[in-house]
Amino acid sequence: MRYSAFRIFKEGLTGNKGWKPVWRDPEPKAEYDIVIIGGGGHGLATAYYLAKEFGHRNVAVLEKGWLGSGNIGRNTTIIRSNYLLPGNEPFYEMSMKLWENLEQDTNYNSMVSQRSILNLFHTDGQRDAFVRRANAMFLAGADAELADAAALRRELPFLDFDNARFPIKGGLFQRRGGTARHDAVAWGYARGADSRGVDIIQNCEVTGFDIQNGKCLGVETNRGAIKAKKVAVCVAGSSSRVMAAAGMRLPIESHVLQAFVTEGLKPVLPGVITFGAGHFYVSQSDKGGLVFGGDIDGYNTYAQRGNLPVVEDVAEGGMAIMPMIGRARLLRSWGGLMDMSMDGSPFIDKTHIDGLYFNGGWCYGGFKATPASGYAYAHLLAKDEPHPTAAQMRLDRFRSGNIIDEKGVGNQPNLH
Amino acid sequence: MIIPHPLLGPRDAAEFVYLGDASLIDRPDWQAEGAMEQFHDYGYLRDNPAGQHQELWYHEQGDRSWLVVTRDTLTHEITQVELARDVARARGRDK
Amino acid sequence: MTQPNRIGGGLIDRAKPLTFRFNNKEMAGFEGDTLASALLANGQRLVGRSFKYHRPRGVFTAGSEEPNALVHLRTGAHTEPNTRATMAELFDGLTATSQNHRGSLEHDMMAVTDFLSPFLSAGFYYKTFMWPKAFWEKVYEPAIRASAGLGRLSMQEDPDQYDKGFLHCDLLVIGSGPAGLSAALAAARAGARVILADEDFVAGGRLNSETLELGGMAGHDWAAQALAELASMGHVRIMTRTTVYGAYDHGIYGALERCTDHLADSAGKPRQILWRIYSKRAVLAAGSTERPIAFGNNDRPGVMLAGAVRTYVNRFGVAPGKEVAVFTNNDDGWRTAADLTAKGVHIRAVIDSRDRAAPITLPDVRHIRGASVVNTVGRKGLKSITLTDGQVLPVDCLAVSGGWNPNVHLTCHQRGKPEWRDDIKAFVPGGTMPAGMVVAGAANGAMTLAAALAEGRAQAEAQISDLGFTPAKADPVEAEDEPQDTAAFWYVPESRHRAWLDQQNDVTVKDVKLSHQEGFRAVEHLKRYTTLGMATDQGKTANIPALAIMSEITGRTIPETGTTIFRPPFTPVPMGALAGRARGKDFRPYRLTPSHKWAEEHGASFVTVGNWLRAEWYVQGDEKGWRDSVDREAKTAREKVGICDVTTLGKIDIKGKDAGAFLDKVYANTFSTLKIGKVRYGLMLREDGICYDDGTTARLSENHYVMTTTTANAVLVFRRMEFARQCLWPNMDVHLISTTDGWAQFAVAGPKSRDLLRKVVDKDVDLSNEAFPFMSCAEITVCGGTPARLFRISFSGELAYEIAVPARYGNSMMAVLNEAGAEFGAVPYGTEALSVMRIEKGHAVGNELNGQTTAHNIGLGKMVSQKKECIGNVLSQRPEMIRDDAIRMMGFRPVDRSQKLITGSHFINKGEEAVMENDQGWMTSVAYSPNLGHSIGLGFIKSGHERKGEIVRAVSPVHGTEMEVEIVSAHFIDPEGERLRG
Repeated sequence: MRYSAFRIFKEGLTGNKGWKPVWRDPEPKAEYDIVIIGGGGHGLATAYYLAKEFGHRNVAVLEKGWLGSGNIGRNTTIIRSNYLLPGNEPFYEMSMKLWENLEQDTNYNSMVSQRSILNLFHTDGQRDAFVRRANAMFLAGADAELADAAALRRELPFLDFDNARFPIKGGLFQRRGGTARHDAVAWGYARGADSRGVDIIQNCEVTGFDIQNGKCLGVETNRGAIKAKKVAVCVAGSSSRVMAAAGMRLPIESHVLQAFVTEGLKPVLPGVITFGAGHFYVSQSDKGGLVFGGDIDGYNTYAQRGNLPVVEDVAEGGMAIMPMIGRARLLRSWGGLMDMSMDGSPFIDKTHIDGLYFNGGWCYGGFKATPASGYAYAHLLAKDEPHPTAAQMRLDRFRSGNIIDEKGVGNQPNLH
Repeated sequence: MIIPHPLLGPRDAAEFVYLGDASLIDRPDWQAEGAMEQFHDYGYLRDNPAGQHQELWYHEQGDRSWLVVTRDTLTHEITQVELARDVARARGRDK
Repeated sequence: MTQPNRIGGGLIDRAKPLTFRFNNKEMAGFEGDTLASALLANGQRLVGRSFKYHRPRGVFTAGSEEPNALVHLRTGAHTEPNTRATMAELFDGLTATSQNHRGSLEHDMMAVTDFLSPFLSAGFYYKTFMWPKAFWEKVYEPAIRASAGLGRLSMQEDPDQYDKGFLHCDLLVIGSGPAGLSAALAAARAGARVILADEDFVAGGRLNSETLELGGMAGHDWAAQALAELASMGHVRIMTRTTVYGAYDHGIYGALERCTDHLADSAGKPRQILWRIYSKRAVLAAGSTERPIAFGNNDRPGVMLAGAVRTYVNRFGVAPGKEVAVFTNNDDGWRTAADLTAKGVHIRAVIDSRDRAAPITLPDVRHIRGASVVNTVGRKGLKSITLTDGQVLPVDCLAVSGGWNPNVHLTCHQRGKPEWRDDIKAFVPGGTMPAGMVVAGAANGAMTLAAALAEGRAQAEAQISDLGFTPAKADPVEAEDEPQDTAAFWYVPESRHRAWLDQQNDVTVKDVKLSHQEGFRAVEHLKRYTTLGMATDQGKTANIPALAIMSEITGRTIPETGTTIFRPPFTPVPMGALAGRARGKDFRPYRLTPSHKWAEEHGASFVTVGNWLRAEWYVQGDEKGWRDSVDREAKTAREKVGICDVTTLGKIDIKGKDAGAFLDKVYANTFSTLKIGKVRYGLMLREDGICYDDGTTARLSENHYVMTTTTANAVLVFRRMEFARQCLWPNMDVHLISTTDGWAQFAVAGPKSRDLLRKVVDKDVDLSNEAFPFMSCAEITVCGGTPARLFRISFSGELAYEIAVPARYGNSMMAVLNEAGAEFGAVPYGTEALSVMRIEKGHAVGNELNGQTTAHNIGLGKMVSQKKECIGNVLSQRPEMIRDDAIRMMGFRPVDRSQKLITGSHFINKGEEAVMENDQGWMTSVAYSPNLGHSIGLGFIKSGHERKGEIVRAVSPVHGTEMEVEIVSAHFIDPEGERLRG
């Protein structure tokens, strides 16, 4: 069923009785060419691009809960490609280009809104680092724009320019950055994959791998064994647990990132804004809530909830740059599991087990990567070669020393 | 969270800085054969269990003790706290 | 000002009349009113507009679960959007305005969306607005955003102050209704430290709303008596106006106390206090929330929850209508009819969905059995209701009761998973409670008064017994178990009109059906697809009926369908309260250097460096721009002498027999061989082999070293050294102490520095080059006996010293040095001149040691010893990190010397396209060198060490510029280092 304004009009006149399920609810088959473990954004995008771009339709996505129940269902919805390093920036710029055509491509309005992202800076050293980054973005074909404090004051007069502990000296804009409606991204990919024959199987938990003689032949699930020529793991915060079933240890720790939303408000923020002297990033959703976040709590956890010190720290960051939000109320907070890698960058790679592939280590930047991650993973699964933009996202990069450390904080996951 | 410090009693976790898996105590021998591989594993492959986890916390806004805290990563329940120095000595670390 | 709906009785203080304004209309109320009760008393039924369809809405509840009656409270910078009128305490002069309408509240132009609703069903926006592509940001989204949202921020800085505090107790009791009071009394009488918190401004919970008697007296009297007893005990803290909003690990609760929200003006006091309550145990006695039944047009102003109607009548002395009908599926709804009748409010009928006899005998009340309301009339205020049999009853208020849901929210903030109890048709707490929490009363499914009292006491006694207290003996309070039967009846299937579930977000029964039809059947999908429960009330009245309807459609049971996850906060918390005092200039503390005062008095401009404020330059005479000052300072330091406060560098004293051996482990180079009285440059790696920090370390005596770190890493280096000391080499005899704040340290740099210092040090100190050559150190005295540490080290490349004195002498020392230097033309210099001189000398700082670069990149690869054990040396040798064609730190100068280099430009070989594949490196630092007369830079470029003299392009597309630069040595001045040894 194709979605359009005309279809809505027609359905509206006939009691909305003609809408069909957005996806089927199939029983798992005994065997697939490719089984993707994890029905989150990345897994669904992988299935979608496998079917659409690489002609693989005998594919299943296994999701232990409801589709989109992982970090795609709980994030601050920011899309951007303002990275620095050659191992990352071309990949995220590819993602941005996929975002820009996502709705037309999937025929699903994921509300990709290129309302801009602004990174504030407060010192000369930060400005210098942003100039380097902005130029790297240009070299990779992305857009960037520097603004001084005077220009920012004209554009965003509500920021604290006069009484700030860390005065705003300027900012780096990526005008093409912005936000997307996170759940709709999952639903759009699911609908697109399903309509091309991919089986999306909810409430199907993988309990083990069928590995014989160094080759992965399929998976065990709570709904029976499923054979597969290739098994693609894509489970974010559960990466260590799932890969442990295959006997692998990963350069990943699981941490909790809290995110927050205020009550609905009439429009106040035009785009995404991030603070440079504390950890705070914020945008306003189409429904009017201020959606914001900050640091991870900082300790290993699988508990999907955080604690108060970070809540307060994030609020302090918000009040520091925009003291007009003091009377806006925090409505809801939540915690998601982050697969924090040892250098802050992800993995899209084969494993040493034949037929077993791994995608993970997204830290808390996985949402913006969703299209490119799906595309590059599909490329790897279909061709057994990495997509050129993801060629450095290897599991063995810590052995070679070719690390991709955007923040320069080393092998300490809770600092990335 | 509240961490029961073995010397100072219950202290708010906000006084501490977290490092990670207590296997970071077990620094390999730099002269061993395969030291590079051992250091790779030491530096990059840490325990990340869903359940009991031994981990290093530093009482930065306190007495500057490094502690080994045994905490459940599913419930956050803390069942044991030791001075890291005692743990290191018990694991045979010396000079 | 009459209050047409005010009746007799209630807990309001009629001796204290108040006036307030709603939408500029003056109205009257009494102390003890909420804004909602006062609006109802004044006959104001239309209060707001819904989110999506802009439907007229009135007061629906009497508590924090209110979805409809949201207002802008106060004006100007004090405006609070989305304030629940049901929670806003009335005060004299209160001003409120309605929100979310274009035009007046009565004639909202956006109400047109209501007529388009067939085309605006759940999730319609996912299916359209995709063409043409560019229209989303430019046309569709702005239109959606303008119509969405609710209240408006003032866009001005929040004028109020907020505070934070910490509280400790044996037992935290959350909620002060019958169960909470009973629990608090039991614990307090046994001697336990108790905190009793309630979100209401009057403690007592439903006891203040009901007419049930206990202990032989009216409920509210019993509550007042219990509170008086609690208040008389020193170990009890009663916190009204305090919402416990979140349950966190290890018995820590977040609570928000509203201190001045009930006053016209906070008068300099904190408006709210955010408490962190550390409890050994907690009793959750948060009561329950009534839920509605869904039927056609059930969202009209005048349709209210039955318990709320009772609250307005009993507690506030307000009749929400003159002709009231009750629609219930349970016994409790009947009490509304009983209480209203007793107050003389006319009950038109009780419509009970159950076909059975009345649970309470009300002789004058018409009982319509086994019937339902299918529709209502009265767009801006209820006029009549239509029943299943078609009869129309003219009423202006309909009290609806669909049963009560235990307030399980806080039990779910960790791992709790509510369980269904079919006898009360509701979810009760289940799964794993937060450690130390028990639940009592209606929150636990003990729905009757007697049961709540008994359970509150029993739970509290069990908890405090566990803590070692002995419960006091006391007779149980006499109370009855009122009838509580409830039917599983969620919506009226005969209704052909839209029937609301989530009144704020306009989610109807049809939307739930559509959600199911389209495959969004999991409760989380239902919520996300329809926006059910995502409004400011978090679906407190909407969620359970909606998921019950979903379970009915899918054929699953309600427990199989499950709930969405309850997450903190229980009710919304202002950002200002969460931030507390950490805002504006107080966001983070300032660290001031010891010479800050002197610098202020001598024209310094200050720069933020981490939390430090440092002098960046000193304006002298008629210097116009910063460059004038910086050029003068940098030149004077090279030609005469300059003085700079370098206290911010981290300083660590290292003592013990193994101090030298320990330093060998933490530095990449060797320190155990350093002679006493000498200083050495040290490079520190992370364990992953990346450069971490650098600085100098001096050996003052056999077992005493003094280390300096960079300003930025002072804390981190100390932390890591403690890790090395305690965890890696625990048997070393070595101790560390940070002395960053203990010593004020000054660089004295320039050819005249020795002459200057000779005037300051005491007579026995020999500063001659022979006695105190480059890289010497000594503990000396200055100014007639003041202890000092003297280091002959040079960041500027000139003959230079750093002198440290106890921090308390720092400001005086700065003055003494400058006075002593006057005859040599000495100047104070700031961080900018410091930076100019270090770039001239090619010293790496944070721009170069950015956590991504290796010793190999910096050109210091040989310093990393492979002959000893030290942090980082093994992994520094990974193949990709020691490639010969890796980036190297080099100097750069513009081919056209008049051009200004740009930090952050990237290097591209001549003739190659400026794309990432051709990226050769980047410029890390630039400065105008007043000593060379042109711009110079440092940067990293691939194989730089082999490319001296080569011309490359430095491109900065973000500035739209590029220029040719020459790769040169990073040592622009005195490359042989003759000056510093002179």
